[in-house]
Amino acid sequence: MKDRIILAIESSCDETACAIVKNGNEILSNVVSSQINIHQKFGGVVPEVASRIHVENISLVIEEAIEKSGIAIETIDAIAVTQGPGLIGSLHVGVMAAKTLAWMLDKPLLPLHHLIGHIYANAFIDRLEFPLLALVVSGGHTELVLMRSEWEFEILGTTQDDAIGEAYDKVARVLGLPYPGGPAIDKLAKEGKPHYKLPVCKTDKPLDFSFSGLKSAVLQLIDREKRASRDLIAADVAYAFQETALNDLVQKTLMAAKQTGIRQLVVAGGVAANSRLRALLSEQIPSLETVRLTLPPLWCCTDNAAMIAAAGCVALDHVAPADLKLAATPSKELSDS
Amino acid sequence: MEKRMVVYSAQQTRELGKRLGELCFENCVITLSGDLGAGKTTLTQGLAQGLGIQGTISSPTFTILKIYQGRLPLYHFDAYRLEGSDEDLGFEEMIDGDGVAVIEWPEFMSREIPEEVLRITMRRVEEDQRELLFTAVGKSYETMLEELK
Repeated sequence: MKDRIILAIESSCDETACAIVKNGNEILSNVVSSQINIHQKFGGVVPEVASRIHVENISLVIEEAIEKSGIAIETIDAIAVTQGPGLIGSLHVGVMAAKTLAWMLDKPLLPLHHLIGHIYANAFIDRLEFPLLALVVSGGHTELVLMRSEWEFEILGTTQDDAIGEAYDKVARVLGLPYPGGPAIDKLAKEGKPHYKLPVCKTDKPLDFSFSGLKSAVLQLIDREKRASRDLIAADVAYAFQETALNDLVQKTLMAAKQTGIRQLVVAGGVAANSRLRALLSEQIPSLETVRLTLPPLWCCTDNAAMIAAAGCVALDHVAPADLKLAATPSKELSDS
Repeated sequence: MEKRMVVYSAQQTRELGKRLGELCFENCVITLSGDLGAGKTTLTQGLAQGLGIQGTISSPTFTILKIYQGRLPLYHFDAYRLEGSDEDLGFEEMIDGDGVAVIEWPEFMSREIPEEVLRITMRRVEEDQRELLFTAVGKSYETMLEELK
């Protein structure tokens, strides 16, 4: 079979990224703006949400991706781009760049959903088998996505308020831990003991998530200890928070897996790097004998364009190419894919 | 003009938000201040209901802005991650636009906020009790606040 080469652009939030991927899982180049040191003047801590900063980055990122891939740009088969969801100004820049390339090279233009990229990132390390359940956990997402077959997506559950990574960041902040909060809490919780009790998050639908109440419960706990003039044991708070949040995540994932009879569970998004989440899933998923667990390394969990290219390779068979009127869709739904 | 209100549960916060949403007009800007866990997202969820928006209103912290379509469009901003940034983010057209802008952590995007505005400060008094201080600047916001019960 002829090789299939996809160039992809991702700019839905903080990162401006471009990648070129062969046959869905062979990375020829994968460039993320943070690798180009043009932001040092900003101190590197401010998120790159300004579309102006994406504009400054995008040409450099595309140029570097093409150069590193070692291929002639005319040989690519299609251009994939994150159409949404995300921040409108940031998305616009990526979509405009992708349209320009598609027009210039006369290649099909594939508008994709950001979360689909996260799911297909697992194709870099494992073969995807359907029906498949994806647990997408990051600073901006907490979703359980069922794929009955290739390119078929159904959201079984989603957060009703804060994303899990966001809850980690906010709890870390009240405990005086550094940003990002995930690794800091994960580390501190290892020194913690069962001591404080936090309530389990309640939702109307059994597979939905809610972490805002848990965050408030942590604040209330801290207040209560202060009023009682007791010393707060931060490691025990971190332990209680992490156990409560992750057990909720894992229990709902197990419930969804049992209900749907999946063959594979994949985890995606930055929180997939959490050591306790990986341990809990590795302990509990084997109880479902027919389910294979795929835990990706961190490099394919965070936002990048390679994952969009991996999804684009499959999308070529499933998505009608867009014309040049394509617009960024900040609240794009998975069901529109 | 100022008004103070107290609510005793998340449900009451949501209901107050809903009544506020019903009073929102085109090109309306509301800022929401208060610590983590003060109930800002809960109030916004109610406000969205009052605008007739269906579906989940989740936190926009990560993407800074989420947009929803209702009786009027809702632009839900959360500037939490913009602390320390001093950049022109190009949000003016959404704030000075056709819908309702709700801005959490307004101190981190102060240059985008117009002079006439409804400012809400939320404070956690006890576990579930919250105090809300409303400050209306400008005629249309004063009328809105008078009608808010």
